[in-house]
Amino acid sequence: MIDLLLFNATNGLIIGAFYALMAIGLSLILNLSNVINFAHGGFLVIGAYLSYSLTPYLGFWGALIVAPFLTAAIGFLVERLLIRRVYGRDPLYSLLLTFGLAFIIEDGTRQIWGALGKPTSIPAFLSKPLSYQFFFITGYRLFMVAIVVLAIAVLFVLLRYTRAGIRVRAGTLDLETVAALGINIRTLRSINFAVGIFLAGLAGVLASGQLGLEPTMGDGLLMPSFIAIIVGGVGSLTGTLLGGLMIGVAAGLTAVVFPSASDAIMYVIMAVVLLVRPRGLLGEEGMLT
Amino acid sequence: MTSGRTRQGAILAAIWAALIFAPYWMPLFGGYTALGTRVLAIGLGAMSVNFLLGFTGVLSFGHAAWFGLGAYGAGLCLKWVAASTPLGLLAGTLVGGIAGGLLGALLVRRRGIYFAMVTIAFGQVFYYIAFQWSSLTGGDDGLRGFARQPLHLGFATINILNNATAFYYFALLCFALAVGIMGFILRSPFGHTMIAIRENERRARFLGIAIELHIWIAFTLSCFFMAFSGALYAMVNNFADPRMLHYSLSGDFVIMAVMGGMRTFWGPLLGAVVFVVLQDYISSITVNWMSFIGLMIVAIVLFFPRGLLGLLRQRKTA
Repeated sequence: MIDLLLFNATNGLIIGAFYALMAIGLSLILNLSNVINFAHGGFLVIGAYLSYSLTPYLGFWGALIVAPFLTAAIGFLVERLLIRRVYGRDPLYSLLLTFGLAFIIEDGTRQIWGALGKPTSIPAFLSKPLSYQFFFITGYRLFMVAIVVLAIAVLFVLLRYTRAGIRVRAGTLDLETVAALGINIRTLRSINFAVGIFLAGLAGVLASGQLGLEPTMGDGLLMPSFIAIIVGGVGSLTGTLLGGLMIGVAAGLTAVVFPSASDAIMYVIMAVVLLVRPRGLLGEEGMLT
Repeated sequence: MTSGRTRQGAILAAIWAALIFAPYWMPLFGGYTALGTRVLAIGLGAMSVNFLLGFTGVLSFGHAAWFGLGAYGAGLCLKWVAASTPLGLLAGTLVGGIAGGLLGALLVRRRGIYFAMVTIAFGQVFYYIAFQWSSLTGGDDGLRGFARQPLHLGFATINILNNATAFYYFALLCFALAVGIMGFILRSPFGHTMIAIRENERRARFLGIAIELHIWIAFTLSCFFMAFSGALYAMVNNFADPRMLHYSLSGDFVIMAVMGGMRTFWGPLLGAVVFVVLQDYISSITVNWMSFIGLMIVAIVLFFPRGLLGLLRQRKTA
């Protein structure tokens, strides 16, 4: 029983790390630009397929590094051409715009890479289990978590210590004042959007090794990311991280007792959080209420 | 003023005439009666979404949940409880409306984009339930094995089961009833309060209006209308499936409302007509229909945010 619980908790933690990676990207964009990016799952798919296409040329490691940057570049362009036009308008329009974009991306992926799933390969040394006792922790899963931790740590350091990072954090609180201080918020928002998409692309590359490639692979990850943000509290990246890990572990543990409810548990958590603490666990009072 | 009123009357008469004679003129354009019935149910759904979005200014992006609950409620009632069309409609409406009202109480303090996000997430709960609880709902395959029943009026029986035209008129009657109630609410003091909240929430609050209560009532009413349209929709094909609860259908409803013109009463119906017919047509000629719909959505957001009727109205005033 202990083994089973441990297995599922670890599993949940790994999935949770993944939700967190997605959710932090979404959260970055939401905090600074007030846009819910419905196409985030779409960008994840782009990242995954790009790494698939790049692997024959660059190898596993090369694709792992290049694909997220390419995805971010696409995100940057999309922000410049489309998303930028709905800033400051009713949130309805940004939701619809990214909703339509998600359609186009899904169909485009299907057009370019085909509707059927693609097999993916990961280096042999990563696919072996670590030990017989912990058979469920393959090297790849540990590696995934390590990359996620690294990415999030780098992001937090950047936000804390670099000039751009401080501006992003200030913009989360009061974008108007930041603009009034003479900072170019157009560029800031573009870069911020691209960083968010970079994280989605990275999540896509990592997910493809675990889940395989499919044009709809982003769908299942989008909703948990929303919930991670709501549970953690809008406006707080740490909260989003915590929310992601929490719902991942909760889903993992629920799978032990009541497998068919493992998807539903995160909604229960969300409902409870909204009842008890409407702004989310670490949310700032007054942010986007 | 008088000319404005006669003009309005003429437009109303034209809309109802078009709806009443649809089974006769639609075949001329390659339509079929069941498509008309589908448009009625979907159009009522879009108008219900707009009841909240266009007239209270509250964006719910999870309204498909109430639509789908209405559909499942009606289907399950017809299948297991009683073979009666009106009872099925009532059951579906109550299931979706009450569920929406209860969840709405949890949401009314949220606003704007946060409200949208929470409604999406909660809407998905019902999708997962319908998907997972296959012993009750049929899971991914959908709920089958029920059918709308002929209407027994005491003195006569109307066979809406096998006669598509008769069912169209039954659906039109339901539609007219719901739309009538909707129009009545919007013209009532409550409706004017909704618009006041949309225009300036802070000012309305200073006037002593209980904002949360009003938004909750508007949300709940909109859920009841939505569930009613879903129940009607389930009877078009005698079928309900989890995709009727999915947030992408919610998005479709919002798009219909925006495309038709969300500041107008009839706009969403027009939006639904265009959307359903286009989707039907495009998916029959190309596998890339998703891209077309996506491009259409992007184009509407960027170039026609006021929608078709908004565009007409703007031209008139210019």
